[in-house]
Amino acid sequence: MFPAPFDYYRAHSVDDAVQALARFGDDARILAGGQSLIPAMRFRLARPSVLVDINAIDELAYVRESDGHLAVGAGTRDFALETAPLIAQRYLLLADTSALVADPVVRQMGTVVGSLCHNDPAGDWPVTALAARAQVSIRTPGGATRTVAIDDFVVDSYTTAVGTGEMAVEVRFPTPGTRTSGSYQKIERKVGDFAAEKLLAGAKPSKDLIRAAMREAEKIADPSPDNRGSVEYKKAMAGVLVGRAIAGALERLGVGGLK
Amino acid sequence: MATTTDDLPARHSLGKSMKRKEDPRFIRGKGRYLDDIVLPHMLYLALVHSPYPHARIKSIDKSKALALPGVKAVITGEDLDAAKLEWLPTFHGYDKQMVLAFGKALYQYQEVAGVVATSREIASDGAELVEVEYEPLDPLVTPFQAREDKIILRDDRESKTNHIYHWEVGDKAKAEGELDGSAVRIKERILSPRCHPAPLEPCGVLADMNKATGRLTVYMTSQAPHVHRTAFSLVTGIPEDKIHVISPDVGGGFGNKVPVYPGYVVATVASVIIGVPVKWVESRTENLTTTGFARDYHMDVEIGATKEGKVTALKVSTVADHGAFDAAADPRKYPAGMFGIVTGSYDFPTAFAEVDAYFTNKAPGGIAYRCSFRVTEASFAIERGMDILARKLDMDPVELRRRNFIKKEQFPYPSPLGFVYDSGDYEATTQKALDIIGYDELRKEQAEKRKSGELMGIGVSTFTEIVGAGPGKHFDILGIKMFDSAEIRIHPTGSGIVRAGTRHQGQGHETTWAQIVAEELGLDPQELLVEEGDTDTAPYGLGTYASRSTPVAGGALALAARRIREKGKKIAAHLLEASENDVEWKDYKFNLKGVPGKSVTMKEVAFAAYTNPPPDSEPGLEATYYYDPPNLTFPNGSYIAVVDVDRETGAVIVRRFLAVDDCGVVINPMIVEGQIHGGLTEGFAMAFMQEIAFDESGNNLNTNFTEYLVPTALETPHWETANTVTPSPHHPIGAKGVGESPNVGSPQAFVNAVMDALAPLGITHIDMPLTREKVWRAIRDAEAKVS
Repeated sequence: MFPAPFDYYRAHSVDDAVQALARFGDDARILAGGQSLIPAMRFRLARPSVLVDINAIDELAYVRESDGHLAVGAGTRDFALETAPLIAQRYLLLADTSALVADPVVRQMGTVVGSLCHNDPAGDWPVTALAARAQVSIRTPGGATRTVAIDDFVVDSYTTAVGTGEMAVEVRFPTPGTRTSGSYQKIERKVGDFAAEKLLAGAKPSKDLIRAAMREAEKIADPSPDNRGSVEYKKAMAGVLVGRAIAGALERLGVGGLK
Repeated sequence: MATTTDDLPARHSLGKSMKRKEDPRFIRGKGRYLDDIVLPHMLYLALVHSPYPHARIKSIDKSKALALPGVKAVITGEDLDAAKLEWLPTFHGYDKQMVLAFGKALYQYQEVAGVVATSREIASDGAELVEVEYEPLDPLVTPFQAREDKIILRDDRESKTNHIYHWEVGDKAKAEGELDGSAVRIKERILSPRCHPAPLEPCGVLADMNKATGRLTVYMTSQAPHVHRTAFSLVTGIPEDKIHVISPDVGGGFGNKVPVYPGYVVATVASVIIGVPVKWVESRTENLTTTGFARDYHMDVEIGATKEGKVTALKVSTVADHGAFDAAADPRKYPAGMFGIVTGSYDFPTAFAEVDAYFTNKAPGGIAYRCSFRVTEASFAIERGMDILARKLDMDPVELRRRNFIKKEQFPYPSPLGFVYDSGDYEATTQKALDIIGYDELRKEQAEKRKSGELMGIGVSTFTEIVGAGPGKHFDILGIKMFDSAEIRIHPTGSGIVRAGTRHQGQGHETTWAQIVAEELGLDPQELLVEEGDTDTAPYGLGTYASRSTPVAGGALALAARRIREKGKKIAAHLLEASENDVEWKDYKFNLKGVPGKSVTMKEVAFAAYTNPPPDSEPGLEATYYYDPPNLTFPNGSYIAVVDVDRETGAVIVRRFLAVDDCGVVINPMIVEGQIHGGLTEGFAMAFMQEIAFDESGNNLNTNFTEYLVPTALETPHWETANTVTPSPHHPIGAKGVGESPNVGSPQAFVNAVMDALAPLGITHIDMPLTREKVWRAIRDAEAKVS
């Protein structure tokens, strides 16, 4: 499989990248880890006219904790979260997710912000960001930065609040309090698969509450059927995983016996 | 008598875990695969594929593609028809196969046109520009639809039916009579679903017609280069001496690289016409959607038994989905391959098997995936059937098997379906498996778990394989008897070159062939270069598939080496100044009888063969042997899987898996273990995740590696292995072949284990792959019935 012809531009700063996007127009796409974009191009499902490569922008690769949140730059790869002691200690939900994205090879290249911008409903980061109440910083063509709450960032499947000529530069996850916990659960056909179902939660403990949450999850889940499962199966699994996620999160707070 | 490898007497090089001689180049990225070969002025071919499973081709417009700079040619079925190259014979001769869709496209992704260009990218761009006008037709998605003959797929055939053949073996009336009279009887429809071997290196060709010499060199990913040379000659009319097939390093085959594919033909035609080399390497999607698939057998399995669990009769009726062409590479006399092995390891007094094959709007094939000859399907049918019977009898599945095993003293055992099993000790192999896994303890644990509603299962498969095609009197490809060959040349200094008619794709022949020859001659296996795959240099052979290399070429190697030894004995006698009758081969050297210490080595003999041959004798030391085996070989094994099933999600965890194999004499235990690990991983994949499925409109749902799953080290269970050794009595070194055994023997162990876990819920059978949803659905439906 060979991509349709395209031009390539390597950006050396965020300003450089945003200016390039303005110069090349609507069909230009940002290349970060490329773990979704490159396969789509090889199948010719995506046909960007220009790739603006941000991999050389070193200043975008960071994981920083300050002012009650964790900031993750657009150049940060999944494995950086997976291997950071800070994440393992305080951001248990992110730790779960970063270890479950695709497979270790993909995690060496794939980026957190890239996954959010791709916004595949079966992707691991959009759902995690939704549950964690994340915010995304976006650089506008004029050079300003606007910050969007995740609920507004996620518009629809494969659609985000990032507009033409804009570039997402950072995602911020609120630092969990001592009485907050999380757990990320995923059903996959094999390691590296897209998630068939996944959900997470943080709440008050009781078996009845968990059962109610499971029923609610089954009810509100609105999955698409595919090779990973039928609507019926995915709705049922939404319930099962919500139950396990809550029980898992509670266990991390020292509340056991609810599985 | 079954023994372990460790019990055998010390050998010179056989039975040793010698490291693979080919690995340094593979590990360092220095292998030379097809796509590594670049020739001057080479062009590239890309193919245009049908988006429809069934459609009339109304027109093909090449103009836009031809206008693209760099495009050199666009080839259609019409062009090939004009050149009389549109139809290929299939190996067994029961059908013919289109090269490019001509008149109608018969399956989704079928090759419709080829675009030849100066780069791979331009060829792909050009393929997009070929405009094909289709008139979609109703598709035949299942063989059961095809059976009705309401839509006739193949306009080109004289008989207007989708039915390809009926094949049967055994005594139908007797088997049915016995079933009717049996105290206990089971019947189950068991599907062996369509799957695909998906070798990591896809298929490809580089055709190089040299118009000055008139010679066509074809580099191809081939498991059978000699047969391919003959096929190319027969189809094109080019004399066979003018065709040179080279199969370079091959990155996995599993049967997928036995057939001749349209891309090979189109690239070759383009090279012949244009006069420059033309390369075609398929994409993953092309590999999964168009090349040789495996299985697709719908089997009705019936077994009769006494109340005590002694089997009385077996009947298996199969509906086979062959896709749009009957392109299976089966021998002429065996259109359903070795399906007659369906009586398995059990002493059935009577049996009957029949197969009816149909055309459907799917890719052709039906031969591949580490078992070319339908043994996997047969083994799955009988091993599932025996488990279902055990359940009905309320008997332990191991106990039922033991009551029906062919006993070791019954070998050679004539099966009711016409094969003569060479050797085996099923009881000993099974006992070893039970001891290692701790079967009784596991059953106790399971009983405890069942009390609390936990779903734990133990599944066994005590299978018998049939490999080593084969006796030339029964098996042929294109009429050519299925022998194989070896040629050995020993150099003056005692090293040598060994060539065979086989072609390894990862099996380790460069190591094991050297070990066989070294064992026979007392030479150093490190100094025996093994070469395969070049039809100009290797002796004619039928290739590597169906676990036939060791049973057939392995025999040829040993016998060619013994010819060297015969000549060597004359030379040794000359060197020892003795009569040949006074010289004997013992302890890997020639000894003067009765005179301890008076001996010469093969190395000394080799030097003498060139420097000091006996008077009036021919100098040199080389031999060739074409070996037509007297019988097939019958490797076997006892496999046990232990699983835990998650009631809520349907997920299955394979907790343990043990494979005890008996493949006769083992040449290299490390390589055998590697083969078993690979095959078990494939069996695991088939059992739980692999299927080439189609929607109601005939669209292929598994066209790439996100939808057709190949397990990695991350989800593959830990494999435990062991072995017993029951030598094949007719094979020159007692070996049987092993490549297919783990793939043939393991799927049913996994499925039997899951069904055993679900037994408390009354669930008898679920077709593979056992996806979470299928298992979850079965559990949910069963629980609904109870409550």
